[in-house]
Amino acid sequence: MKNLHLKILAFTLIAVGVGLMWHKVTTLGLPLTPDEETTIWTVEARIKVEAEGGPAQVNFMLPGNLPGFNVLREDFVSGRFGLSRENDGLNRQALWTARRADGQQTLYYRLQIADAQNASRTSVDGSQPPYPAVPEYSEPYGSAALTVLDEVRQESADIASFTRRLLNRYYHESPDEHVQVLRGGIEDDLTHVENVIHILAGARIPARAAHVLELREGMRRVDTVPYLEVYTGSEWVPFNPTAGQRGYGESTLVWYRGDAPLLYTSGANAIDVGFSAARTARAVVDVAEQRAELIGSRVMDFSLFSLPVDTQNVYRTLMLVPIGALVVVFMRNVVGVKTFGTFMPVLIALAFRETQLLWGIILFTSLVAMGLTFRFYLERLKLLLVPRVASVLVAVVLLMMSMSIVSHHLGLEYGLSIALFPMVILAMTIERMSLVWEEEGASNAIQQGVGSLVVAAIGYGVMNYPPLAHLVFVFPESLLIILAIMLLMGRYSGFRLTEFWRFRSLFRETSRT
Amino acid sequence: MIGFLRRVREAGILGMNQRNADFIMEYNNRKYYPLVDDKLQTKKLAQDAGIRVPELYGMIEIERQIRQLSVMLDGRDDFVIKPAHGSGGNGILVIAGQQHGQYRRASGLLMPLEDVGHHVSNILSGMHSLGGQADKAVIEQRVQFDPLFDDISYRGVPDIRTVVFRGVPVMAMVRLPTRRSDGKANLHQGAVGAGLDIATGQTTTAVCLDKPVHAHPDTGAPIKGIQIPGWLDLLTLAARCHALAHLGYLGVDIVLDRTQGPMMLELNARPGLSIQLANRASLRHRLRIIEALDSIPEDARERAELARELFATPGLQETADVAGKTDDIAAEPSGTNLSRVSL
Repeated sequence: MKNLHLKILAFTLIAVGVGLMWHKVTTLGLPLTPDEETTIWTVEARIKVEAEGGPAQVNFMLPGNLPGFNVLREDFVSGRFGLSRENDGLNRQALWTARRADGQQTLYYRLQIADAQNASRTSVDGSQPPYPAVPEYSEPYGSAALTVLDEVRQESADIASFTRRLLNRYYHESPDEHVQVLRGGIEDDLTHVENVIHILAGARIPARAAHVLELREGMRRVDTVPYLEVYTGSEWVPFNPTAGQRGYGESTLVWYRGDAPLLYTSGANAIDVGFSAARTARAVVDVAEQRAELIGSRVMDFSLFSLPVDTQNVYRTLMLVPIGALVVVFMRNVVGVKTFGTFMPVLIALAFRETQLLWGIILFTSLVAMGLTFRFYLERLKLLLVPRVASVLVAVVLLMMSMSIVSHHLGLEYGLSIALFPMVILAMTIERMSLVWEEEGASNAIQQGVGSLVVAAIGYGVMNYPPLAHLVFVFPESLLIILAIMLLMGRYSGFRLTEFWRFRSLFRETSRT
Repeated sequence: MIGFLRRVREAGILGMNQRNADFIMEYNNRKYYPLVDDKLQTKKLAQDAGIRVPELYGMIEIERQIRQLSVMLDGRDDFVIKPAHGSGGNGILVIAGQQHGQYRRASGLLMPLEDVGHHVSNILSGMHSLGGQADKAVIEQRVQFDPLFDDISYRGVPDIRTVVFRGVPVMAMVRLPTRRSDGKANLHQGAVGAGLDIATGQTTTAVCLDKPVHAHPDTGAPIKGIQIPGWLDLLTLAARCHALAHLGYLGVDIVLDRTQGPMMLELNARPGLSIQLANRASLRHRLRIIEALDSIPEDARERAELARELFATPGLQETADVAGKTDDIAAEPSGTNLSRVSL
């Protein structure tokens, strides 16, 4: 097949580019659009214990699997205690130990988390638990439980809807007689959840309690609330038991799961555990960077963010040049616009970024017009090429300078930004334009001049489109995609749009014969 | 819209992108470009192969030699100065005589020796050459062109451009200078391009600045029906140039000298596409026919005859009729086709 090599190459480039971008978006949460902010929660747990003087150990549950959040960092303030961490597969634990501890000790655990975009809050991955045996209920609890389970089973389609029906019934404002038996004077929220788990065991549905924090800005000294997680056969589905709603809320932080206590001490008395939280907003990009560091991803090491800020700013501009070049390729090979110099329009477009479009066009046009006048005068002096172009260059610099000074005195600040025009390119453009003017006539020269300006203006429009600028800067691999498009365009052998006009008489003719 | 696109496809016009991608890149090996880009080399190659070219009077390679220009030009008042690496007919100075101690250009303007020197200096500095590299100026015989085209050209040298593909001439046109083209035979500078019937060597339809015409804009003489003398010889000459340049897709420019007959003026590795407008015919169809040939005759004359056979226009009369009707097309206000495309 013709061009197979090229197509494979282009496809590979696109695949690599898209793959890297996908990786960055999904695992690091880098945003595809600029100015995205994410909510950062700083959650702090304060543990106060009264040590008894001898060896002391404090076990404290830590968040391990947090649906809907990414962990950015965690800190421990351990005082005189030594710290070790354990992971039993279900939960993480902090183990603070001291050979000798006395008096009141305060330990801190601080966690910084960010909203994970697009993460699922309605299901949690997990290994398959053993199916519970049907408990031996005592009467009248047992018959009430079985009756309720039977009725709920008839009203539901799967485990999730079964659980929701059961919860709705159990937590109903005016419970029926069976539920009243089941609730049997329980006051505590956690005990209620444990009770539901006990009832679910009657239907052989694995369930567990999740201890969560409902995060609120400025909350202090709050406690965990119990949620219910049931296993549906492939995943754990969380429920807010009192509301009977599936899934964790937007600011629900799962601290740990199961029926172990949050805090367990030996050789010391737990006095108090309190959680507090604060919310801040930060640019998503910063968050991703921090997260990459935490999970040890090397991808961000090769990102432009690892450069000093002023160098970053240079690259913010440089990374746009390929986009401008793509515009030029398209305008020349697909549309068929004639320009002076292949990439002159890109550089002019970059200068337009500083001057703004309208002022850029005005300044550029007047500069070229005056430069051309000077060039036509030079023609009389019969100079050699290089000294002549150099003279035009000097004239261009002088013109730029005087335009800046005049506009400054007139109070037009845009006139100052003329200094950013690429003057060597301008001098070359003037030289080229005067040659075309002499050899092919003024109309050709003006046509090409206008063509260059139009391409520059379009290039400016595309390069100044913030989402695009953000994309190439945050995902430099997108240049691979641009490269692939250019390669494919390099084998474009169809008509240029302007050729439909050029050969119009031939297209008409065939319709007649 | 769809009807228009179908017509576009049926017309089989060769576009710039396709010319570059499918023909120039496929059939022209870059290493042979210098042979045609440097007119001095082309001239030597042609002379070695026994192809007649305009006589070389002199060559200026460095700025200092310009001082000897008057010596070099002594006794000559009829010559052409051009850049060895020129493109698109730029930088060619045609001197047709002397008057009051000044040179008279083909356009009739007088030019002092000093200005001629400046022109040479510009050539040397690479002003007219491809890519702007330093260049040489070539001074050569001005062809005393055949009076055949006197009625339909305005000063300058009319030449015959033939596109030769794999050694077979596929399409030809006469390029007739106009006042607007300043005596240059380049279509984009305003010269008239008149299509030539490959079988007979007669002019057919014509184009000027991409618009169909049937009379020369300056002289008003009709263009159609002029017979090129020795047509088969001329085609053969064009076909021979293929072996000279080793380029599969080649433009050969030939002038008819009053006394010496056809002369090869220059070769072009990237011949333009306007020849299609001049002939009102598609290059692509013809190129594909040649592309499909299994074998191509070794002998240049056989190739010329093959071309006459393959591209004899059975409907020559018919094409001519259409050409007669094209005035209303040219007069129509612009923009209809293009806007239909963009909608």
